[in-house]
Amino acid sequence: MTDISVGTSVRRNAVALSIFALITVGVVALTHVNTREPIKKAKQAALEKSLYELIPRDNHTNNMLEDVAWVKSPLLASKRKKKVYLARLNGAPYAAILQVTAPEGYGGKIQLLTGIYYDGTLAGVRMVPPHNETPGLGDSIELKKSDWILGFNNKSLVNPGKNGWQVKKDGGEFDQFTGATITPRAVVRAVHNALTYFDHNKDFLFNQVQESESLKQEDKILEDK
Amino acid sequence: MDTAEYKNITYDGLWNKNVATVQILGLCPLLAVTGSVVNALGLGLATVAVLVGSNLSVSLARSFVTNAIRLPTFVMIIASLTTCVEFIMQAYTFELYQILGIFIPLIVTNCCILGRADAFASKNPVLPSIVDGLMMGTGFMIVLFLLGAMREILGHGTLFANMDLLFGAGAANMEIKIFDEFPGILLAALPPGAFIGLSLIIALKNFIERQRELRKIAQTGVPIAGSKRVRTTGAIS
Repeated sequence: MTDISVGTSVRRNAVALSIFALITVGVVALTHVNTREPIKKAKQAALEKSLYELIPRDNHTNNMLEDVAWVKSPLLASKRKKKVYLARLNGAPYAAILQVTAPEGYGGKIQLLTGIYYDGTLAGVRMVPPHNETPGLGDSIELKKSDWILGFNNKSLVNPGKNGWQVKKDGGEFDQFTGATITPRAVVRAVHNALTYFDHNKDFLFNQVQESESLKQEDKILEDK
Repeated sequence: MDTAEYKNITYDGLWNKNVATVQILGLCPLLAVTGSVVNALGLGLATVAVLVGSNLSVSLARSFVTNAIRLPTFVMIIASLTTCVEFIMQAYTFELYQILGIFIPLIVTNCCILGRADAFASKNPVLPSIVDGLMMGTGFMIVLFLLGAMREILGHGTLFANMDLLFGAGAANMEIKIFDEFPGILLAALPPGAFIGLSLIIALKNFIERQRELRKIAQTGVPIAGSKRVRTTGAIS
């Protein structure tokens, strides 16, 4: 290629490269547009499935997926505002599902969904995938692997009392796993925090949406904290 | 190209130059996702799809790509194909995507894909390139599958658990309980289990190879000369 100057060669390569960039971007964009709806649906379906596992659809009358409040609190270990799903039975508060983070997991943060009835008892707790707990040890928080997480059902702030909300090794009532204490300890603490938060804020949460002054109220929640 | 050459490509991909056991490429996803058969197959299929797609596109584009820009072009092709696979998995196998999530983008960094694009597809017509991608990918997937099966049996006492994540609800009852009430050998489920398992598979392959060679020597009486090392990137230019 001695007869072609450097400038020509650079220009030619630049044009070829840009054409390839355009084509590949086009392909990605096309796939994105065509999968956007299915992805949205898949995400929604996964969310619905986990929410209705905690608070079955038959037990409340409103659409929990749209009846939401946005909250942020150190108790929920959230840096950003998180959705709280509110279930009502004929308009009266029935239960709420809070998203809470257990920041002290063995492999980092563990995201949890906690379903809490209006009277403060737990409908149940589920781990939101993915998590980084050790396979075979800490991953017993997955319902697929073990039914440990069902042990939270029907518990509340008074059952067991404050001292009971620990793993057995620390003198509480909840089992740890063989070889893994850190994971269950983190989860127990996070669930307790969620219960505490709900206990302090439940009336507020359920009224907030009905008044539909969400923005003002959100600020107020933040000031309260 | 005649059938003998396709046979060669197939043999290279599945055995002779097997990505995982001979070239030892793509170890990061290989070791990370082989905790169970469904995860291994999920990543294997995604890799095959990207490999076939990238070999096809690279082969098509090979006459427009000058030497100076070939690597950026190949990387662009591979990256965009991987992104597409990621979108598609998210849309249709969402739960599996949640498990494999972070390893799908890493397909881009799987050296075997860029390696095949550069060493084979950029120098060969479309059809052989597709076959090469398919066979190299399948060779990789077979090793993923073997390792996944080994680790699932030893680590969890099951085989083909949760296959419905990949193949839909119809595959939900494919699970086979190998051992009842089996606590699982933790080591097999953890990363060291992946290393040990892979080394056993490589050892087995080398053993078979060696047996063959010995048989050949016995037949011809001439030892085979030459280095045992296998070049992975084609001719050095």
